Amino acid sequence: MDIYVFDGTLEGLLTAVFECYKRKSEAVKLVSTLHYVPDVFKEAFTVVSDDLKAKRVWGGLAKKLDAVWMQSIFKSFLSEQPATFQDLFEFIRYIIDNPAGAEANFGNKYVLEVSQMSQKVHREKHRMEAFIRFQKTGDGIFYAHIDPDFNVLPLLIKHFKNRYADQKWIIYDLRRKYGLFYDLDKVEEITFDFTTEMSPSLNALPQAVLDPTEELYATLWKDYFRSVNIPARKNMKLHIRHVPKRYWKYLSEKQE
Amino acid sequence: MFERIREKLGILADAAKYDVSCSSSGSNRKNENKGLGDAEGTGICHTYTEDGRCVSLLKILLTNHCIFDCAFCVSRRSNDIKRAAFTVDEVVELTMNFYRRNYIEGLFLSSGIFKNADYTMERLVRIVKKLRNEERFNGYIHLKTIPGASEELLKEAGLYADRMSINLEMPTESGLKLLAPDKSHEDVKKPLEYIRQNIEQLSNEKALIKSVPKFVPAGQSTQMVIGATPESDKEIMHTANAFYKNFSLKRVYYSGYIPISDDSRLPVIGSQPPLIRENRLYQTDWLMRFYGFDVKEILNDAHPNLDVDIDPKLSWALRNLEQFPVDVNTADYHMILRVPGIGVGSALKIVQARKFGRLYKDQLKKIGLSFNKAKHFIRYADSPLQLRDYEAGHIKGVILAESSSKYLKTAKNQLSLF
Repeated sequence: MDIYVFDGTLEGLLTAVFECYKRKSEAVKLVSTLHYVPDVFKEAFTVVSDDLKAKRVWGGLAKKLDAVWMQSIFKSFLSEQPATFQDLFEFIRYIIDNPAGAEANFGNKYVLEVSQMSQKVHREKHRMEAFIRFQKTGDGIFYAHIDPDFNVLPLLIKHFKNRYADQKWIIYDLRRKYGLFYDLDKVEEITFDFTTEMSPSLNALPQAVLDPTEELYATLWKDYFRSVNIPARKNMKLHIRHVPKRYWKYLSEKQE
Repeated sequence: MFERIREKLGILADAAKYDVSCSSSGSNRKNENKGLGDAEGTGICHTYTEDGRCVSLLKILLTNHCIFDCAFCVSRRSNDIKRAAFTVDEVVELTMNFYRRNYIEGLFLSSGIFKNADYTMERLVRIVKKLRNEERFNGYIHLKTIPGASEELLKEAGLYADRMSINLEMPTESGLKLLAPDKSHEDVKKPLEYIRQNIEQLSNEKALIKSVPKFVPAGQSTQMVIGATPESDKEIMHTANAFYKNFSLKRVYYSGYIPISDDSRLPVIGSQPPLIRENRLYQTDWLMRFYGFDVKEILNDAHPNLDVDIDPKLSWALRNLEQFPVDVNTADYHMILRVPGIGVGSALKIVQARKFGRLYKDQLKKIGLSFNKAKHFIRYADSPLQLRDYEAGHIKGVILAESSSKYLKTAKNQLSLF
């Protein structure tokens, strides 16, 4: 068993695949620098991310997999889970070693793991699309911050850019400390210095920076949410299945 | 001003909530004018009420003033409730501002009928026109078809709405006549058919000319109230089936009647809405639309009502044990779909995966089918030798004992009373 340590990027993971063929490694344990604990008895091979090597692996995959599967690889990668890095590594090797069409083998552990993890990440992305609540600031920017289980910001760009084409917006990931800013033309990655001062509770920009109409619409939305409920049908179990409690912090209608 | 709009929204959202449709999917309206909103693709539920229903659209009535007196409706003329009406601008402002904050996917606009059908429909059209043309709004719009409105108005509405709907209200003509003497199913069929024809005609033209405008791209739907009148499940689902077929409907909704009136023709206030029954009807609807079942297989003269304790797919399988067990490694996809505990996703995975080798129990479990239910109806690579056939009652007992049903704490082998 060879141990490969990579830098935690997708480029690094793809480079690791390249290296494993070049070095003719049989079984490989892939660990990111972040999770690597040095072992006195076993030396690890450090993967140096290389754009060209990564592109060759990616290009090779693209010849065998359709766009949906390529996207699934990217989505699973964004889960940032150590076990998923290994699954992806094995999946990519499985695809390279077998004739085209092998990705349909859901009886294979790695095919199933990658497909199921990409579903999970996709679900988190979809939840962000649903549960983000913008607040309008005095300077006309619609702001929201999030704290998602997976690193889904890269997956959100297209959706929010298409939808909110005529308003400036910011979505900021508090946990990963970066955000997206749309300036009516393009989406850019941004970082703030003052996130530590920001209340971790969501929907909580200070009153002073908000647009004067913000309170009106936030109140109307809460009113609306209460009005559409039908008490005779109350079913909290179903409610919580749809909106797990860890997402309540996003929802302005759920706050007192 | 602030308090007045709050009060109006309270009244007009409350009155609209009995229309259960909240779908925001199926349209193809893209944001191509750099305006606000994009209604392409799958819908989004932005929140859920405590009864577990999705909230996707701002669902309101333009007004709850109504000239009709339908016994099952909160807004009926004779009901002593607060009345209100929005202005065109108020609806537009609410929709735009809710949408900008990512609260909603769009607008579901309905109305009580004031003055007459055309007057009401004309107001509704004015709102959607303003949203589309002046505000460049590309979010989802579900617009109610007002029965009796002129064809010109319906045609104009269809150019701006993503979906249109008109409710059957009661599953049978006789049920409807009992509670709403002024209404008939004919009033519903006529506009459904008119819009269906226009959708078809424009999509034919679109194949030839690219500039043909969109016309109700997410199609039409309808709703039936369940449990207010004494129809059997068979009557309900056969009606639904006919409407799916004849009018190419995208959805039929079943709304368990919530007692809101002390009218002696209706269930008394405080009685439980028939939620289990509603759930079973939706399951049947899914079996018809996605699982290749014919409605007559599930509901017929010998079996006019759905079981309460088990779902309709399991119930069908138990009545047709001679078609089982199904070998997942060889059977046709359509037969695998019919196995209780196997959904569309797992069935697709099974038929793809088995090309690479026979499937074993462990793999089936991981693929995600509900194995404890399905195991009684399938064979797989390492299935245990079965010495005798079990009879339906036995299998049902085992499944009920193993499952934690949504509705039953203990398994009941008792016949249902309705």
